[in-house]
Formats: sequence, C-alpha cells, structure tokens
Amino acid sequence: MSPQPPTDAAAPSRESVPSASRSAPLTSRRGGLLLHPVFWLTLVFAGLMIAVPLHGNNVALREDLILVAVAVILASNLNLMIGYTGYVNFGHIVFYGLGGYIGLYLATVRHWNLILAALTAGVSVSLLALVFGVGILRLRGAYFALATIGVLVAVNSFVANFDPFGRSEGMYVSFDAYAPLGGPMRALWITYFLVVAVMALSMILSLAIKKSKFGLGLFAIREDENAAVVLGINARVFKAIIYSVSAFLPAVAGTLMFYKNGMIDPSIAFEYMLSLEGIVMLMLGGQGTVIGAALGGGLYERLRSYLLTSPRLSNFHLVIAGGMLLLVVLFAPGGLIGWLYRLIPRARKVIE
Amino acid sequence: MIDGLLIGSVYGLAAMGLSLIWGVMDVINLTHGAVIALGMFGMYLLFTALHINAYLLLLPIIAAGLIFGTLVYWTSVHWVIGRPQLSSLLATFAVNMIIIGAGTAIWSTSPYNVNFSVPGFTVGLYTFTGNHMAAAAAAVIIAFALELFLYRTRPGKAIRAVADNREAAELMGISSTTVLALAFAIGIALAAASGALVSTLFPFTILSGGSYQLKSFVVTVLAGLGRPLGALAAGLLLGLLEGAVTPFIAVSWIPLIEFGLFVVVLIVFPKGIFAKAAA
Repeated sequence: MSPQPPTDAAAPSRESVPSASRSAPLTSRRGGLLLHPVFWLTLVFAGLMIAVPLHGNNVALREDLILVAVAVILASNLNLMIGYTGYVNFGHIVFYGLGGYIGLYLATVRHWNLILAALTAGVSVSLLALVFGVGILRLRGAYFALATIGVLVAVNSFVANFDPFGRSEGMYVSFDAYAPLGGPMRALWITYFLVVAVMALSMILSLAIKKSKFGLGLFAIREDENAAVVLGINARVFKAIIYSVSAFLPAVAGTLMFYKNGMIDPSIAFEYMLSLEGIVMLMLGGQGTVIGAALGGGLYERLRSYLLTSPRLSNFHLVIAGGMLLLVVLFAPGGLIGWLYRLIPRARKVIE
Repeated sequence: MIDGLLIGSVYGLAAMGLSLIWGVMDVINLTHGAVIALGMFGMYLLFTALHINAYLLLLPIIAAGLIFGTLVYWTSVHWVIGRPQLSSLLATFAVNMIIIGAGTAIWSTSPYNVNFSVPGFTVGLYTFTGNHMAAAAAAVIIAFALELFLYRTRPGKAIRAVADNREAAELMGISSTTVLALAFAIGIALAAASGALVSTLFPFTILSGGSYQLKSFVVTVLAGLGRPLGALAAGLLLGLLEGAVTPFIAVSWIPLIEFGLFVVVLIVFPKGIFAKAAA
C-alpha cells in the first residue's frame, strides 16, 4: 500500500497524477506536442531516412540505416527506464528478441498479416513485462538492475527449451511468407518503412511522456523515490507502467527485423552484448533526453559498423565501447546533449 | 552432493570479494565476473609457463589481483564514490566490457583448461576428487585468513570501521580513501583467486566469469554483507542446492533457479538480511 495522504491538501495532487497518466498524455497535451521542435525534427529525420535510400533504390544504404533505426528504437525505449526513471535495465534486449519470436511465429506459422503480428507481439510482450515488472520492480535501484539480467536469462532459457519456437535451432521464414507483401524485394522495403515509422514513434513517445505529468512523476522517482512516494506518486504503478511501455515498440521492431532477416534463434534474439551496447548508446548521447538517446543510438551504431568492418579494430570494438562508456560516466554524465546544454544553456529550452 | 559442497566453498570465496566491496563501498562491482575470468587465465598462463604446483600459483595471482584492483580503483571507481549508485554500476560495468572485450580479442571465446590434477580417494560409495578437495581447502583457508585480517589487524579493523560509518572513521583519523582502495583491491584479489581455483576444476572461456558473478550475487544476498565466513556458509548452501537439483533438471535451467532465488530472497526479506547486517 502506498502511504495515505496526511492532509487534505495532498489529496488533489494524488488524484490528478494518476488520472493524467491514464487519460493518454498525447490527447491532453496535443497542442504542446505538435508545436514542439523535437516533434518536427523527428518527422524530418524519419522523412529523410525514407526518401534518401528510396531515391535511386540504394539498398546498401537502406541496410545501414535500418540498423541505425533499430539502435535508435532500443536506445529511446531504454531511455524511458534509465534516463527518465533512473532504473538500469540490463536485459532490455529481451523485449526485442521475444517480440521477434512471437511476431515471427504469428506471421509465418499462423500466416497472420505482418502488421497485425507485430502489434500483437508488442502487446503481448508489454503485458508480460507488466507481470514481470510487478514482481521485480519491488526491488529498488541496483537490485532491480541485477534482476533484469535474470529476466534475460530466464526468457532465454525458456525460449531455448520451447518447442513451438524451434528450441535452440530457432525459426526460419520461408520464402513464400513474403508473398503477401508482394515478394521479397518489396517486403524488404516495406519492413524498412515500418521500422523507420517505429523509430519515429519511439522518439515521439519519449517526447510525449517527457512532457506529460506521468513523465514528471517518473523524473521525481529518479531524483528521490522516497520523496516521490511521500508526495503522492504511486511509484510502484508508475514503474511497472513505464517498464511495460518501454517493452512495446522494441517488440514491434523485433518482429519486423527478424521477419526481414528471415531467421531467428535464441543467441541472436537475446544477444546480451547488444543489450549492453544499448546502455552505451544512451549514455553517450545523453540519458534523459529524447534527442540524446536518438543521437547516441545513431552515432554508436555507425561507429560499431565501422569498427566491425575495419580489419584491425574489429576485435576491439567492445574495448572501445567500454572505454567510451567509462569516460562518459566519469567525466560527462550528461553525454553529448549534457555537454551541449553546458555549452549553450539556452539549448535546454529547445532540445529535449 | 559432496562435489556440490566442495564447489560451494569456491562460490563462497568468489562471493566474499563481491560482498566486501559491496559492504564497504556500497558499490556493486560488475567487473567481478571478468576478474574471475582473468584469474582463470592467469592460472592457465602461469601454469603452462612454469608447471609447478597450481596451488602455489595462487600467491602470485592474489598479488596480481591486489595490484590490478588498486589500478581499477584509482582509474575508475574512485571518481564515482558518493555519486548515485547508477554511476558506480555503469563505471564498473564499463571496465567489465573492456576486460571482456580485450580477453575475447586475445583468447577468443574458445575453452581452455588447466591440466593439473591431484589424486583423489574413495570412501565407500563416494569418490573424493583431489582437485575439488584441494580447491575447497584453499577456499576455506583464504576465508579464515580474511576473517582474521578483518577482525584482528589494524587495516582490517579500519575497513570495518569505514563500512560501518565513513564519517566517524574519518574523524578517528582513518584515511577512508586508502581504506576503500585497499578493500577494493582485496575484493578483486579474492575474485581472481576464486577464478584460479575454478580453472583447476572445469574448462573455462573468457565469458565463464559471468555465471560465477551471478552465483556471487545470490550468495552475497543470502549471506548478507560483511562476514567472510557467512559468505562461505552461504556458498556451501548454494553448492549443496546445485548438487541436489542437477540430477533432476537440465543444467541450462540452473541460472534461472539461481536468479529466482536471488529475487525471492530479496523480496521475502526486503532489506531484512541487510538490515540485520547493518544494525
């Protein structure tokens, strides 16, 4: 039970906070959101990501950009936990992988429409996250962080022993599964557009939450959870909701990506390193900011691709990533955006 | 079962390092697993180079662990002491990535083993493998040595004083920074020693440390922070538990069970175990 409000004065705030979170912050703040520069920046960015590779049918560029989009999706949604709420999730990749599994199963074995399959995957992973979240979010701070590794291990060993998902061999997408989208060539483009759309949605969702009362509640939890609870924020509910929300879009993206790749198995779906690199992306760009998460995701992904393809450095990409993370944590906890804020204090008002 | 008990003492040793750092500095050291792996490779390298009794090699490994721990403390951990837990978690985690990344580049992720065996003996139906016995004995000796150090020597008492109350210890003329560095170094050395012992029992890769790190968390939570002998006892308990369940379920489920245990213990005793340790 959350503590009772000691006086009548506390009662209104107690009522207004949960109701604001339930009556979809998007609608109540639509005007503010549509006028926000970050909203437009997101749309322009997503538009460019679609227009540039489409112009001249540049498949190589598309393949690079889809990885950037996925990195931005993962970093943005991880930001909801780490940046907004102050809870480290080491197992964030579990949402992506499990979403991929559920969506791929529905789309290929059950022959569902791809978008429907992806949305169903998103909803079911979110619900699952809610169930897990209610359990492990009773743990605070670092204990929660350790338990998220446990969720990753748990889901991984479950899937690797689960028959419908092909146990440790995984699942393959047969060629005719692409037929409903007009053959493989078109299907790849369509999934690309969808992934970019999910990326834009991730950023807009981050912005909407940040601008909402619900988001303020999360920031209060990040700053001082005990104080937030005393002020009437139902921290347990808030944390469980944000954990569940941060699962939705990664799961949708997981379905799309594994559908595009044509196969899935536990070691690719639940790649611990990718989960960890998500944290590096976020810290690099600037945790707690919408643009920072996106920027970190995009930059890190490009850097990683560069390192992985470079013959001399490919073995050391983890060392470099770890080194960057260490430097950011020690000397620039705000990441790139934090640095920008210090350089140009007025940027704080424009860039969220 | 007996093997489980013997291995449990090594888990206990691994957990002592984690528990010491956690208890004294309030830092959850995520480099723990990587250092355990380094201990394994340290043993491998020294043993293949020198071919002397593997247990003698524990001494240089512990010494190297102390030096390495001091180095890590001054380069990364010192700056985040007193900052929110998130920072220390991410800082140690970054060091972990660096070690694992470098280790993967040098040794790849293929398995290695230390080819050293101690003759065992058989009593009735039970076979006592020599390596397990010797590793357990080494773990118990180190645990007692640590207990003596913490409770009978001045630096040990200083570590406990800082763990209890850093400000008060400072006022009594204890330099808390030196003590924190010392505690961190000892914690890292213990992790390296436990890794070295494990390397005489099983084949290992650079990623093997992860599962021991996980076990260390479980043991630490079971034991509460502080007493090395408590960690040893909890380690034995975990080893016994593992020995008891392995005949019935697949090995791939063990991490799941351990993490279940971790979460359940924390939820059933929300701060309970820790509150007692702190009070």
